[in-house]
Amino acid sequence: MSGTWMTTRAWLLMLPLLVIMVAVIGWPLVDTVRLSFTDAQLVGTAGNYVGFDNYTKMLTSSNFTRTLSTTTWFAVVSVAAEMVLGVLAALLLNQEFRGRAVLRGLMILPWALPTVVNATLWRLIYNPEYGALNAALTQLHLIDDYRSWLGEPGTALAALIVADCWKNFPLVALIALAALQAVPRDITAAALVDGAGPFNRFRFVILPYLAGPLMVALVLRTIEAFKVFDIIWVMTRGGPANSTRSLSILVYQEAFSFQRAGSGASLALIVTLLVTVLAVAYATLVRKTAGSAT
Amino acid sequence: MERKNPVFTAFVYVCALLLAAVILAPLAWLFVMSISPAADLAAKPLRWWPQAAEFSRYAQLLSTAENSAGAAFTSSLRNSLEVAGMATLAAIILAVPAGWAVSRTPSVGWSLSMVIATYMLPPVALSVPLYMGLSWLGLLNNVFGLALIYLTILAPFTTWLMKSGFDSIPREIEAAAMIDGAGLLQTWRIITLPLAAPVVATSALFAVLLAWDEFFYALLFTSDQRARTLTVAIADLAGGRVSDYGLIATAGVLAALPPVLIGLVMQRALISGLTSGGVKG
Repeated sequence: MSGTWMTTRAWLLMLPLLVIMVAVIGWPLVDTVRLSFTDAQLVGTAGNYVGFDNYTKMLTSSNFTRTLSTTTWFAVVSVAAEMVLGVLAALLLNQEFRGRAVLRGLMILPWALPTVVNATLWRLIYNPEYGALNAALTQLHLIDDYRSWLGEPGTALAALIVADCWKNFPLVALIALAALQAVPRDITAAALVDGAGPFNRFRFVILPYLAGPLMVALVLRTIEAFKVFDIIWVMTRGGPANSTRSLSILVYQEAFSFQRAGSGASLALIVTLLVTVLAVAYATLVRKTAGSAT
Repeated sequence: MERKNPVFTAFVYVCALLLAAVILAPLAWLFVMSISPAADLAAKPLRWWPQAAEFSRYAQLLSTAENSAGAAFTSSLRNSLEVAGMATLAAIILAVPAGWAVSRTPSVGWSLSMVIATYMLPPVALSVPLYMGLSWLGLLNNVFGLALIYLTILAPFTTWLMKSGFDSIPREIEAAAMIDGAGLLQTWRIITLPLAAPVVATSALFAVLLAWDEFFYALLFTSDQRARTLTVAIADLAGGRVSDYGLIATAGVLAALPPVLIGLVMQRALISGLTSGGVKG
């Protein structure tokens, strides 16, 4: 069969997918770019061309800088914690002990729990009047009075990060565990015979196998954490006093709560650009790690 | 493979128990809340185990009596099932030929890479035109409209899974059928699709999980019982003035049940799907 016909046939088979993708992703993205240069409202007026006004307005607003730093903080802390906890859990699950298969099965539960249910569950746990966290800490005499964990700017973001970590570290653990099981046993045995301590064995024997898969998990989790919306919306709606507002929530407020489609679109594109830069930087890093490992 | 040091063994067991507790405690508490009488949940000190388990909230939420909490819940349950079902079916129909094409003709692979790269896009970058578009088509607050939008998430993902699935089916088998005179469709029907059935099933389950979990678009594009999905209904309950926290917990348990069961039953397939994604990138 000729190569050209193969290629033509491949394009024909991909056509339905590509048409739908252009309709629901390509066109909206292009239209977001167009809208970002107008003062369009969500409903009604089509809007006039305003040049880069929206961009300068958004980039110089204190809301944006503050939200950017909140989002960065959320992403860095939660992803770092998920990576560390995930690798530790994977190292544990790679040991031989009774009930290991059951424990490994349990790890799928937080991952399978819908994000909104997870957020609701933690919102109930943090409840200022009846929450389980307050009850447990008071009954253990660790705190004297019930606290409003999600109601105070000082603790709200940390409380969100804990809820996000609980849901996501098991996924990192499962990915790391799969990588650990690919480490040939004779290599670890040889290192042991050569007198390598636990730390050196981890650093020089096991880590090279983990590096690739972990980098990919790190990239995907960071991008997701940077786009975070659901868990924050359900638990705090960005409050109190906007202390947990993420970039996605800021865009939502601008475009849908205030119905300013034009400036909302420009903000959305700024976020997209930030995520893209992050992803490209990471991709380079992944390629380097993949090259240097093994 | 580790030394059989009793201290080390004890340490492993302590850590394992701790990990099990961390995973299970929040989930167990969600279930306990759902069966505890309201008075127990408001008690100080908090009662950790109900005096008498009551399952009445489950009956309450699953009843279809008009204008009850149950009517709102069951309609959102039905909407979630419909949207997830339609979006998954559509995603698979798009993904099977596309995934096969990329697997057998790598020279068109760059277009799939572009489709997959859209994963980076935050949904907010598409939301305004999608809102205006749906409004123009009269598909706001409509399960068909929402299912269509869900393809932005489901289709790239399932295509990519299908492509890796087809990669593991040797093309020699297909070539042999073709030499024996089978056409493309016949080869698919007799050879390729039966071999790819497990991958199709895994992709479909992943797609159902993704659609069931989706919140942002559902929040934006639905407004009442005609299309509102379970995630939005639960967020409403959690953020509203419901005084019975047990009822919120019950809704959470019911919404979590299908994906958790899928997760447990499909454990091996899901993990290999997740990790192949993690390893291959």
